Amino acid sequence: MATFISLSQAIEKIPDGATIMFGGFMGCGNAHKIIDALSKSKKGNFTMICNDAAMLNGPGGSEYYGVAKLIHNRQVKKLIATHVGLNPEVAEQMNAGTLEVALIPQGSLAEMIRAAGAGMGGVLTPTGIGTIVEDNKEFVHSEVDIDGERYLLMRPLHADIAILSGYQIDKAGNIWYKGTTRNFNLVMATAADVVIAEADHVVEIGEIMPENVMTSSAYVDYVFDGGNA
Amino acid sequence: MDKKEIIAARVAKELKNGDLVNLGIGLPTMVPNFLPEGVRVTLQSENGIIGADTVTDENRDEWYVVDAGGRPSAVAPGGSFIDSSVSFSLIRGGHVDVTVLGALEVDQEGNLSNWIIPGKKVPGMGGAMDLVVGAKKVIVAMEHTVKGSPKILKKCTLPYTAVHCVTDIITEMCVFKVTKDGLLMTELHPDYTVSNVRAATDAEFIVSSQLQRMA
Repeated sequence: MATFISLSQAIEKIPDGATIMFGGFMGCGNAHKIIDALSKSKKGNFTMICNDAAMLNGPGGSEYYGVAKLIHNRQVKKLIATHVGLNPEVAEQMNAGTLEVALIPQGSLAEMIRAAGAGMGGVLTPTGIGTIVEDNKEFVHSEVDIDGERYLLMRPLHADIAILSGYQIDKAGNIWYKGTTRNFNLVMATAADVVIAEADHVVEIGEIMPENVMTSSAYVDYVFDGGNA
Repeated sequence: MDKKEIIAARVAKELKNGDLVNLGIGLPTMVPNFLPEGVRVTLQSENGIIGADTVTDENRDEWYVVDAGGRPSAVAPGGSFIDSSVSFSLIRGGHVDVTVLGALEVDQEGNLSNWIIPGKKVPGMGGAMDLVVGAKKVIVAMEHTVKGSPKILKKCTLPYTAVHCVTDIITEMCVFKVTKDGLLMTELHPDYTVSNVRAATDAEFIVSSQLQRMA
């Protein structure tokens, strides 16, 4: 059962220097209001785990879409992602030595997060074999031979905080995602000490049929009503 | 047709009715425009669409539905949305029939480099490493050379996306199949000769005894 909190309370839950997972893919499915408020806070020094760093422009010509705001305001010291090519500020800060970037194959990132949330010791994947991913000892435990097939043993990936976006969240904290927004939100809900979800629409318990709940309230600690209802 | 259209049109002939297909950004997205009559494929977008559709004024919903390049997308009737874990289970698990993508370099062993130029451009691999490891057929669709320099090499010089993963290379000049004996040229575009291709290719290749006209 989740607790409903205000936007400022949500920001208070996020400590300086935290390792934070942000659901979303190129800004789609980022928790836009929480991220916007966080970008206006004095907090920073974050390790950000997100598929990407979003884009400089979002829908309707908005500037600094989603997590791009946190990069732009230099609140991120380390970014763990799969693709950063659509946000040129990442390369600028990386080249300036102010932002550390670790790149992980997208399927491996999803499974490493899922493994952490599912109590698994790691992920065996053929992805990355024979590539420089093998050299990334922070995330790759070892190379393993299973009956003649080579795999990388990827470590689980856990965070202090996960910040999710849900289209409908009921008053218990059950989440329903619209369109492609579920992307990494679904696995990230399982893999952080504190899970905060931003609702586009808060609905009554029962309005999301139990069969259609995508992230159970069992995973969700706090909900912020984004107020689009 | 310009070079890109020639390539996209030829790639389209590799797709079979009912295939589940993932298209990389750029040239590969042109492939559906050239599908032969009667061939319908399902497009997968690795951020979470099975059955991606063309965006129209009616279905555009860009805050909620995007493709793997972050552009507005849509889902076709009968399609579905999935999360990233399921999407890559689909990809790694061999459920995607064909992936079509560009390359910085590809070599005669079927090794592919398309995600990083160290010190110059570091966009990241995104889903490419998983796609080329998992898809049943991996088609590199690209112009044969870059500024006159060969992109089809004996050995890639840039960091790999994956090793021994490419099954087909389709350019404006020819079609290569990657076989255990190396590259096999199966089709040649009528605008070029085998010597033209040799001059534009660093890799060794064999010319098929049943060489066809590429069209």
